[in-house]
Amino acid sequence: MPEKGDKDDRGKRMKLVITGNHAAAYAAKLCRPHVISAYPITPQTEVVEKLACMVADGELKSDFIKVESEHSAMAACIGASAAGSRSFTATSSQGLALMHEMLFWAANSRLPIVMINVNRAMAPPWTVWADQTDSLAQRDTGWMQFYCEDNQEILDTVIQAYKIAEKVSLPAMISLDAFFLSHTSEAVDVPPQADVDRFLPEFNPEYKLDINNPRAFGGLVTAEWYYEFRYKIHQAMQDAKREINTVGKEYAKSFGRKYSLIEPYKADDADFLFAASGSMVSVVRDAVDKLRKAQKKAGLIKMRTFRPFPKEELIKLVPGAKNLCVLDRNISLGNEGIFFTEIKAALANIKAKPMIYGFTAGLGGREVSVNDVMNIAKSIETHKAAEFNFYGLKK
Amino acid sequence: MSVSSVPTSVNKTGGWRVLTPVIDYDKCISCMICWKFCPEICITAEDKPKIILEYCKGCGICAFECPKKAIKMIEAKG
Amino acid sequence: MKLTIPQQELVYSGNAACQGCAGLLAMRYCLKALGDKTIVVVPACCWTVLSGAFPATAFNVPMFHTAFETAASCACGVKAALRMQGKDDINVLAWAGDGGTFDIGIQALSGAAERNDDFIYVCYDNEAYMNTGIQRSSSTPYGAATSTTPSNMFKNEYKKDIDSILAAHNIPYMATASVAYPEDLIKKVQTANSIRGLKFIHIIAPCPPGWRYPSEKTIALSRLAVLTAVFPLYEVKDGKYTVRKTGDKKPVAEYIKHQGRFRHLKKEEIEYIQAETDKRFELLLKKEQLL
Repeated sequence: MPEKGDKDDRGKRMKLVITGNHAAAYAAKLCRPHVISAYPITPQTEVVEKLACMVADGELKSDFIKVESEHSAMAACIGASAAGSRSFTATSSQGLALMHEMLFWAANSRLPIVMINVNRAMAPPWTVWADQTDSLAQRDTGWMQFYCEDNQEILDTVIQAYKIAEKVSLPAMISLDAFFLSHTSEAVDVPPQADVDRFLPEFNPEYKLDINNPRAFGGLVTAEWYYEFRYKIHQAMQDAKREINTVGKEYAKSFGRKYSLIEPYKADDADFLFAASGSMVSVVRDAVDKLRKAQKKAGLIKMRTFRPFPKEELIKLVPGAKNLCVLDRNISLGNEGIFFTEIKAALANIKAKPMIYGFTAGLGGREVSVNDVMNIAKSIETHKAAEFNFYGLKK
Repeated sequence: MSVSSVPTSVNKTGGWRVLTPVIDYDKCISCMICWKFCPEICITAEDKPKIILEYCKGCGICAFECPKKAIKMIEAKG
Repeated sequence: MKLTIPQQELVYSGNAACQGCAGLLAMRYCLKALGDKTIVVVPACCWTVLSGAFPATAFNVPMFHTAFETAASCACGVKAALRMQGKDDINVLAWAGDGGTFDIGIQALSGAAERNDDFIYVCYDNEAYMNTGIQRSSSTPYGAATSTTPSNMFKNEYKKDIDSILAAHNIPYMATASVAYPEDLIKKVQTANSIRGLKFIHIIAPCPPGWRYPSEKTIALSRLAVLTAVFPLYEVKDGKYTVRKTGDKKPVAEYIKHQGRFRHLKKEEIEYIQAETDKRFELLLKKEQLL
């Protein structure tokens, strides 16, 4: 179904009212991937359906491989990327879990694949609603991870992600909350193709499958070599911290919207800080504004990237605050909210730091409203909060 | 990521051998069946076949398949 | 001196294959058939290891190591990329063992076959998970002892008919081959390479340590497998069956007697194998007449 204003892209900026899934599709199209291989799963389906239409209509020159599972989707992206072509896929929850083995394969192979993941709760029980545990459970696979607050950010992050990924030779996963973003329409500025082409040059890897330079990729190593290969990936992740900010600034120059590794909001003089990720960030922004109106010095740290983890930047932002409240739409069973644990760990050795509280909320797509965030803040202020809390359980 | 471009021919697998093939050129008719069936690709396809002993693992296929029984497997590392 | 197969070698000596490895020969022949404009995708299998540890490679063509079940899915991505780059004339060869084809890799292979992805898939079949120590696969023949089906609990299921499964996908070309007939094998690979779409070639690859026979008999066993009709040579091209006739069938006992993995078999078990072999070969000949 063409959207109003769809076809009128003659170098003019387009503003479309589109869902997060469609924003992802437009972004992927603008990056000109040679190969798309994807398998459908609610709530990602519209990403691939839109891309299929774009290919069918001739708007996107891409080989869309309709693979028979997500595991194969990632394997095909890996093959395509290894052969020197930009590749793209999208998935969610169960599909992402099925890809797990191949996520390691992609990162260890140093292939700059970009993937959209719609954050959906893991079954059973069957559910299709928002929860970040699916992507966070892929923490150690070597993929860079971005969490989007709104549909504009989804589009912008996909484009930046290819540039960053191709610079550091690591794949990137961009997550967006099921239904809150994937199926909700917002106004999105879709840049012209020519502008994106200028920003994102053609993929031209140094190492690829090439008959003029026959090499074997991924051959057996013993303990003599493996360690150093892992260190190289670790180094690339450290480089990525710098590149994410650099590319974020370049993006601002080209498209007027700036992004960075970690994004503070009214955090400078805050004595009560929230840390949140995903669509929940918008809600927390509103809560911060409300608290500020009530003369409370509240602030927000938007956790935009999870990997590489923005440890140094976080350390710079928090010393002035008395309380830091981490909101997690996820849980690591047997421990706590995952951003909570990671943030505590990052701040472990600094002398001046706030009291850190963790609140897991909204698992399985349950709404977290401005009121909920205000209640959470209140429970901390009135010393009723434990260090880690499950917010809003039904009694 | 391991990227390999050194040919395995740096490994002299001839050291694996227990039995060594020896061609009796009086019997050899240059049919090249030994060259064709050698898994190690260590028999040359020249006028008369020559076994490259630095790679030969001594599997014995050449001797077994030779139609003129011109190849013998002998107990020597040779 | 006349060579009956191409002279060019694209596999290096000095690799880590066992003495008398048919899998090594199979690759040697396939690459002769395809030439150096070829990219090979290899999942976990014997070839993963025998192709050499970093920094060495046994291949004189580019290749990519991939996960066990992904030979077909990775290869389809490689081919798609090459096509989009305007390099559609480069051959893509997915090269997997029986484990990665019959068992864990069958989904990806079925997907590629259904989509008719344009590459050649070769299964070199040593009839067990040889790389990991001779465990049974669905390709292991009835009666064989493996490390997970010891001789007092030998494999009780008949070998999975992967060829019929692939033919049922209506792919343009499917063929069986044996390293004892390299001219036939090479011709089949070249036929496959002249056709667009998914081509499947199944090569019987005797394994000295796994089948328990002296390494010198690799070609002999590859020949006997065909001559006893245990592994008949046939092609299915656009649905039409062509079976290679090899004269009077030799009794399966002649094939079985050389292999230690069958040593424990009783007379009635060998008779069962003979009866099944005859039945399946008759069915194959009927398919040739019908289709």
